[in-house]
Amino acid sequence: MIRVVLPAHLRTLARVEDEVELKVAPPVTIRAVLDALEAKFPTLRGAIRDHGTLRRRAFVRYFACQQDISHEPPDAALPEEVARGDEPFIVLGAIAGG
Amino acid sequence: MSTIRVLVGTRKGAFTLTSDAARREWHVSGPHFAGWEIYHVKGSPADPNRIYASQSSGWFGQVLQRSDDGGETWSPVGNEFAYDGVPGTHQWYDGTPHPWEFKRVWHLEPSLGDPDHVYAGVEDAAIFESRDGGKTWAELSGLRRHDTGPHWQPGAGGMCLHTILLDPVNEGRMYVAISAAGAFRSDDFGATWRPINKGLVSNFMPDPTAEVGHCVHRIAFHRSRPETLFMQKHWDVMRSDDGGDNWREVSGNLPTDFGFPIDVNFNEPETIYVVPIKSDSEHFPIDGALQVWRSRTGGGEWEPLTRGLPQENCYVNVLRDAMAVDALDPCGVYFGTTGGQVYCSADGGDSWMPIVHDLPAVLSVEVQMLP
Repeated sequence: MIRVVLPAHLRTLARVEDEVELKVAPPVTIRAVLDALEAKFPTLRGAIRDHGTLRRRAFVRYFACQQDISHEPPDAALPEEVARGDEPFIVLGAIAGG
Repeated sequence: MSTIRVLVGTRKGAFTLTSDAARREWHVSGPHFAGWEIYHVKGSPADPNRIYASQSSGWFGQVLQRSDDGGETWSPVGNEFAYDGVPGTHQWYDGTPHPWEFKRVWHLEPSLGDPDHVYAGVEDAAIFESRDGGKTWAELSGLRRHDTGPHWQPGAGGMCLHTILLDPVNEGRMYVAISAAGAFRSDDFGATWRPINKGLVSNFMPDPTAEVGHCVHRIAFHRSRPETLFMQKHWDVMRSDDGGDNWREVSGNLPTDFGFPIDVNFNEPETIYVVPIKSDSEHFPIDGALQVWRSRTGGGEWEPLTRGLPQENCYVNVLRDAMAVDALDPCGVYFGTTGGQVYCSADGGDSWMPIVHDLPAVLSVEVQMLP
């Protein structure tokens, strides 16, 4: 299972209290994980990626294994630790604003 | 006895304030959608239990919430606002072409007869419609595709369509207002539109009387006389008696005619309210004294309403969607401030009391009457 950590506002929107687990068929990529996440929680559509273009929203970042992978190609394979479920795929809201 | 429900959108969530018809004791509920900007919350005239809320965030975009039980519980509905076709460009602040980009929903206007039918005014300016309770949205693109569209420019708050008025008398007629394009009217249910800005003078424009480009802050009408429109423009309070075809200034003796909201007494079609703000560079009341001004003559002659409002050291603003009236007699008038106060007058403006003091900055106020 793939583990996904969401920021607080998106946990509220998805009505989950902790990290979520997803079944994702290999290859495990950013796109595949987000597709699975939005399929399980349709209220998150448009909140992480723009509708239509599926581009990452400007103030959202992706982290895995302590690395910022926001600018990796959406079809690049995620680290093996994420694919195995040892490490989470983290969706982060940028620290900005008040 | 009637119950009043005030729907308040703020920078950090939504609140509902309820009272009986005396409007003295209030119950406060919220924050709903805590931490999110709630630009507007509005109930259906056909079913007061049906309420729509625009929830947005610079981080996570637009969410549309719907309640079917008067705000007790909420469910997200559709949030995909796709412009019809290739949207093209409007003018950016510096006059260069800028692509039309959806940012947020400023205003929700449920239709008069069908709780599932609702309109949304969005930034960048366009009007959308849902006929399935907010699940799906389609643009009424005749507005954005108007010949003048490429020349529209944003106001300081963005290029927002912030006002939608549905004419209860003339079927198919509706009005919108856009900062800073102006006011527009449709007579065919939103299929086609034309600018209705004749008589407006905006001295910041190269041509102060141009067909479009005016920063209209708010328009309002009385339900019994929808051909008479009142407008709070960037500067100037205006009136039209022919559905917006022609406007004349009715600022009269106002101490400043800059401001954002304008509204009409429910029982008196010629009684209107504005909140004068010092200037476009100082968005607070003159001399720190918060005053609503009332005209009982449809403009021209105005009187200050101060009883119960702070008359010193008050430097809040009242935003364009943050004033509303109820349907009781005497009419209740409500407004919210950027300082987080929501004031109520249960006597048509003669006196005021704060319902709440310390909410986040108030973006919108709407009122529902419940049996």
